Amino acid sequence: MSDLLQFVFSGLTVGAVYALVALGFTIIYNASDVVNFSQGEFVMLGGMSTVFLSAAGVPLPAAAILAVVITALVGVALNKFAIEPARNASVVTIIIITIGASIFLRGVAQIVFDKQLHRFESFSGDVPIEILGATILPQSVWVIFGAAVIFTGLYLFFTRTLTGKAVLATANNRLAARLVGINTNFIMTLSFALSAAIGAVAGVLVTPITLTSYDIGIALALKGFAAAMLGGMGNPFGALVGGLVVGLIEALTAGYISSTYKDAAAFIVILAVLFVMPSGLFGRAAVNRV
Amino acid sequence: MTFLTSLKQATAALALIGLASSPALADIKIGASLSQTGPASFLGDPEAKTLKMLVDEINAKGGIKGEKIELVMYDDAGDANNARTFATRLIEDDEVVAVIGGTTTGTTMSMIPVMEEAEVPFISLAGAVVIIDPVKKWVFKTPHTDKMACAKIFGDLKARGLTKIGLISGTGGFEMSMREQCLKLAPEFGMEIVADESYGPKDADMTPQLTKIAGVAGLQAVVNPGFGQGPAIVTRNFRQLNIQVPLYQSHGVASKSFIELAGAAAEGVRLPAAALLVADKLPDNDPQKPVVVGYRDAYQKATGAQVSTFGGHAYDAFMILTEAIERAGSAEPAAIRDEIEKTKGYVGTGGIVNMTADDHMGLDLSAFRMLEIKDGDWTIVE
Repeated sequence: MSDLLQFVFSGLTVGAVYALVALGFTIIYNASDVVNFSQGEFVMLGGMSTVFLSAAGVPLPAAAILAVVITALVGVALNKFAIEPARNASVVTIIIITIGASIFLRGVAQIVFDKQLHRFESFSGDVPIEILGATILPQSVWVIFGAAVIFTGLYLFFTRTLTGKAVLATANNRLAARLVGINTNFIMTLSFALSAAIGAVAGVLVTPITLTSYDIGIALALKGFAAAMLGGMGNPFGALVGGLVVGLIEALTAGYISSTYKDAAAFIVILAVLFVMPSGLFGRAAVNRV
Repeated sequence: MTFLTSLKQATAALALIGLASSPALADIKIGASLSQTGPASFLGDPEAKTLKMLVDEINAKGGIKGEKIELVMYDDAGDANNARTFATRLIEDDEVVAVIGGTTTGTTMSMIPVMEEAEVPFISLAGAVVIIDPVKKWVFKTPHTDKMACAKIFGDLKARGLTKIGLISGTGGFEMSMREQCLKLAPEFGMEIVADESYGPKDADMTPQLTKIAGVAGLQAVVNPGFGQGPAIVTRNFRQLNIQVPLYQSHGVASKSFIELAGAAAEGVRLPAAALLVADKLPDNDPQKPVVVGYRDAYQKATGAQVSTFGGHAYDAFMILTEAIERAGSAEPAAIRDEIEKTKGYVGTGGIVNMTADDHMGLDLSAFRMLEIKDGDWTIVE
């Protein structure tokens, strides 16, 4: 019993990390149908900036906030200098631009920061919380909590605010959105800033658990992307559930079958789901008007 | 008189020609292909910095017997294809007399055929035992092997009377190779591997694997062949689950940053490591003490960065090579190779090197120190 609970705690910890990364994909995707493959680098920038700012003497909470702001600015710059000039290009072209941007950001991080692994202190210490013989670290609770807060925020943003609806309208039909008075350039800038900020918050929350280095973005983005696909790209609820499901499958496979197969098991489930439900568990079905 | 004068003039002229041409013609060209960027950059970066520092140092002193050293260095970014291309370029275009490098086992293995064919001495900085076993005529290496690390750990376990071992290893090349060596060595030391789990190189949580290992009846110790962030996370999870048996890490995490990353959880962890890591704590009569303290201080002064055992491997390779060139008295690849093989009693950062025709590494288990982490610092286990 305590074994099962331990596996579930592990799954929730890892799953919440994936969910946080997956949530970052939703805004840009909703605004432009583009899967931003430099999302993982936003997570890395959030973590690394916090590490280096706090090493420079900035108190940790201030360093974390500054890191989020810096990363949001990087997101804005990315949109301004790489995405906007290619405005009329196809979605696939822009996706490839984001892959290029991720390689670029990784290279810059290698030079600006360094090539070592880093970590900062957990927010509430490292004394494990014991529940029925299984343990979970306080930082894991922070990550799960953070994922829930960001999910709620995004859900409210897209359903309750005018700006959120304007984002959805921009993705739906950019020309029509402009005709009804939506500043689509501003919406794109905003969506990159928000996505980058969410990525950075994820980076700040997960660094005490996963550690961080200039190249941590690739692996995180891959798992986060898989989680987002499973849940349904663009749907915050899907991102949350997708992340947790992938994390739980991995942990339970490692615990009950073999750690050798845990990644394979997760991807087999994702493939199977996408085979039956091509737009993911909670995704909008793609409809083409003829 | 006229004859004598002209003879003098002729000798002077000859000497002049000799002086003028010797630095240009007789510069000794040494090649290197290291992984300064890419996933192995935390190994390749200190190696490259060490080589540059040593070349400057030796040239400032006038080179080897008056001949300056020229270092041709390429960055293979950890890619075996690049490494092979650079090996060919070093030999065909740059015409170097010896090559240092291959930061990783992968890059080294791809360079070996090129070096063997061109008959140029090659000193690798990578860990795996396959590089020098079976012995290849032109190939040498300076780091300890993963097999030795395992033997050192098992030796320590045996001395403590612990024989039921749980293994948890990463799925990277280094970890898999060491795991295999451990499995092979276990019977020799009377060790019983009661659990054998793995984790991915970027995994964030290893509690399921550790829960499984901790559940095995009679478990007496856990060994973690690992590299990068994995071991730090394993160590933290190990303490989170409050597992009450000794934890052993490998030489792959032998750097100060491991203690920083694992934090308080690292207390009591043991691992085999080179003397460089505990330069200050070595007894004064230790033959390695002046070497490791000297290298550490020089490196930190030249780069401002913390010294690591990986840079030490490059230090040893460069010293063995330049000493061989000096003894050979020529910069012919074949002569250099023969002298490298005759290296005896070289005291380096990795240990005392005694090469033979059958042993192109020349280190024994005494090169490793068993360390234990206490109060956030290394201590030497007697």
